[in-house]
Amino acid sequence: MSELPAELQGWIGQKRYEQEGEFDVERGYVFTSCASVQNGNPLFWDEKIANQLTDGWIAPPTMLSVWFRPHYWAPNRSGTAQPLQVHFDLKEKLGLPEAIMTDNTIVFGEPVRPGDRLRTWQVLRSVSEPKRTKLGVGRFWVIDVEYVNQRGEWVGTETYTGFGYRREA
Amino acid sequence: MADARLTLEQVRPGDRLPELAVDVSATTVVLGAMASRDWRPMHHDKDFAVERNGTRDIFLNTPNQAAWFERYLTDWTGPAGRLGRMKFRMKDSVFPGDRMVFRGVVEKVATDATGCGWADVAVQLAVGERVATECAARVAIPTQEGDNPWRRKGERWKP
Repeated sequence: MSELPAELQGWIGQKRYEQEGEFDVERGYVFTSCASVQNGNPLFWDEKIANQLTDGWIAPPTMLSVWFRPHYWAPNRSGTAQPLQVHFDLKEKLGLPEAIMTDNTIVFGEPVRPGDRLRTWQVLRSVSEPKRTKLGVGRFWVIDVEYVNQRGEWVGTETYTGFGYRREA
Repeated sequence: MADARLTLEQVRPGDRLPELAVDVSATTVVLGAMASRDWRPMHHDKDFAVERNGTRDIFLNTPNQAAWFERYLTDWTGPAGRLGRMKFRMKDSVFPGDRMVFRGVVEKVATDATGCGWADVAVQLAVGERVATECAARVAIPTQEGDNPWRRKGERWKP
């Protein structure tokens, strides 16, 4: 397990899974997100303040990844689509059945607004040598997820550090 | 708190943000997972979390923790505060039955070359003595009344 397969070496630095969101950014989900954390920021609830500060409604910046997380089911889709597909590809290719995220950095650009249709892609930055942790033996990896809006304006970048592992008996 | 309008001249390194305490239930975890469209079973299926992940229960997911940190920071800044960057590290999980407490301290206050005011804030999400997640956030704050970081675009926005 120490050598990283050549196929995975080739993924490092390459754009993968470029896609457009399946649906527009919408306020209903903004309310769902705000309700989940009791976020009363008037930018999301008070139209006068939203108009004054952000020229209209925006979505909470930390919802960036939500706009690409598929609904659990959709017609003509077989199985459940996975967000952050490179992470799941790595688990499968490296034979590591379990995984957690350890670090997450998000840098925010242009505000995301209801009606926007975003585009995204993923870039694998690195994969570590095998490591032993209290969870098991596995590897750490770093994945960037870039986001732009329909005008090509950068709206944000997420960087995830994942740890894929196999539990020890 | 959400209607606060903080300006940079009111912020000093070492300032402490008001604490926020939240009692976490299974509903908190599941609602957070659903709100971030995260259908992975360790965030709603206790048997899966215990047997497959080796944790003691379902636990808060990453995107929902980000939403909690955003809420905590903008409760402090008010709506004119604009998040530039957040880096967080999950050191331990947050489970139903936990009382999570957010604490923040301002580490740095600065104005960049474009005139944008920034506060770097270190935030901890703790459960009792256990720090579950650490977050380093960079938030743009109006330099004075009338300034609005949300108006910044392109070269004038350097998060």
